[in-house]
Amino acid sequence: MAEQVAISPYAGSNGNRMRRAVANHMATALAIISTLLVVAPLVAIFVYLIYKGASSLNFAFFTQIPKPVGEVGGGMANAIYGSAILLGIGSLVGVPVGIASGIFLAEFGRGGRFANLVRFTADVLNGVPSIVMGISVYSLIVLPQKHFSALSGGVALGIMMIPTITRTTEEMLLMVPNSVREAALGLGVPNWRSVLSITLKTASPGVITGCMLAFARVAGETAPLLFTAFGNNFWSSNLTQPIAALPLQIYVYAISPYDDWHRLAWAGSLVLIVLIVVAVALVRFVTSRGILKGAN
Amino acid sequence: MGVGIEVTELDAWYGTHQTLFKINLNVPANQATALIGPSGCGKSTFVRCLNRMHETAAAGRVAGTVRIGNLDIYRDAAPVEIRRRVGMVFQRPNPFPTMSIYDNVASGLKLNGFRNRRMLDEIVEKSLRHAALWDEVKDDLRKKSGASLSGGQQQRLCIARALAVDPEVLLMDEPASALDPVSTAKIEDLIFELKSQYTIVIVTHNMQQAARVAERTGFFLSGKLVEIDATHKIFTNPGDKRTEDYITGRFG
Repeated sequence: MAEQVAISPYAGSNGNRMRRAVANHMATALAIISTLLVVAPLVAIFVYLIYKGASSLNFAFFTQIPKPVGEVGGGMANAIYGSAILLGIGSLVGVPVGIASGIFLAEFGRGGRFANLVRFTADVLNGVPSIVMGISVYSLIVLPQKHFSALSGGVALGIMMIPTITRTTEEMLLMVPNSVREAALGLGVPNWRSVLSITLKTASPGVITGCMLAFARVAGETAPLLFTAFGNNFWSSNLTQPIAALPLQIYVYAISPYDDWHRLAWAGSLVLIVLIVVAVALVRFVTSRGILKGAN
Repeated sequence: MGVGIEVTELDAWYGTHQTLFKINLNVPANQATALIGPSGCGKSTFVRCLNRMHETAAAGRVAGTVRIGNLDIYRDAAPVEIRRRVGMVFQRPNPFPTMSIYDNVASGLKLNGFRNRRMLDEIVEKSLRHAALWDEVKDDLRKKSGASLSGGQQQRLCIARALAVDPEVLLMDEPASALDPVSTAKIEDLIFELKSQYTIVIVTHNMQQAARVAERTGFFLSGKLVEIDATHKIFTNPGDKRTEDYITGRFG
């Protein structure tokens, strides 16, 4: 028996066994430390924001518009509202275009030269600095219109959402097994129907995650709004007029010399992060119910 | 009712690679015809030519004539139309993962715009009964996802899904190769039952299976149909030396 154990490549002396145990524990420890390193900054930012911002949060913050310089109080109601409008327009532009081009890449243009061009363009677009995006939309929409507008801001955010959504949609569709497509085609379902009702639906949890990532990313963007939405100290819901946005307001308040405005900027940052987290969680909750949950 | 299939001079390619050579073959109505042969011999490609699935593959191309009933499927009809008349069951069970059992069975009709709820209910029950799955799933038709069933149940679900669109022909591409013996036996019983109403073409690697379910058996080798004849003749007294070598296990 003893001889047999010695012959097996998996058997070893106690020393070997010890070494394996140590290596195993070290790998586990490394993984845990890395996880902490990832989570720590997020927790730190959140805690610091609560510490700095929570004290300035009050009812007025959510209901009032900014007070003129020198007057204490006021809030960011117009900026919260403006951000919601800008993100709404952005999603209306970015989500359909992004998902549609992702579908093209994965289902119709697969391997073609045009698809490769589109994919390359999307990757480049993803790397375009957001300030450049702002200037581009400025010259495309703001200059011809001759004034800043909520619309141009929303379009700038929407364009920034497109590449992320396109690429995640493509990746998620490619993960749907071919057997599912064949099942649909084998039933005499036209290809377009199969793509929309079967493939896209099967990939929808991932596609939705992609949309949420893009949404969360542009929700905090300031640079593309500087030349487009511009900001507004008053209540405005006119899409053709400048509109306030949380990141813009935070930016303006943070670089101002007034302590009161600094406190509002902290509160605004906290609200922005909480709103993003709530929006993402809400969409996840709504879309993860029902039979979809048991999928895969 | 099933209809017969008449294949003349059928060639098929993937790009420039020819996988089928001048296949001539008749499948009588309301019988099961088994196709056997070593891996890569073209039998799967062949059945995929019978419902025009072959052309959905990259660079898939077909020449020759396939008549199903009175219909020349490569000249007289659109692929989607053919596929509604020629159902297909694949090697691996492939229920739609996001759909309930009910929706899986109803999918072929629903996705083609059929909306009558009462008739859908009827067809779903009838198809599941036909596929010998009704008693096992009737209590959670809408509660459970098709993907939550066992492998054998999933395959019967796929058969029910194919039956729900009321095809005339049922193509089965190694329908039991991913299943355990008990599930396999159920599928084979099912094929036996279904013959009375559908024409069945079944690709199989399992020669006993061919012998059990099929009236006629065809032997494919390297993209050619070596011979096709009554099953008992193929297995007891084949006309071609290569068939004999294959079924006695001398190669392949």
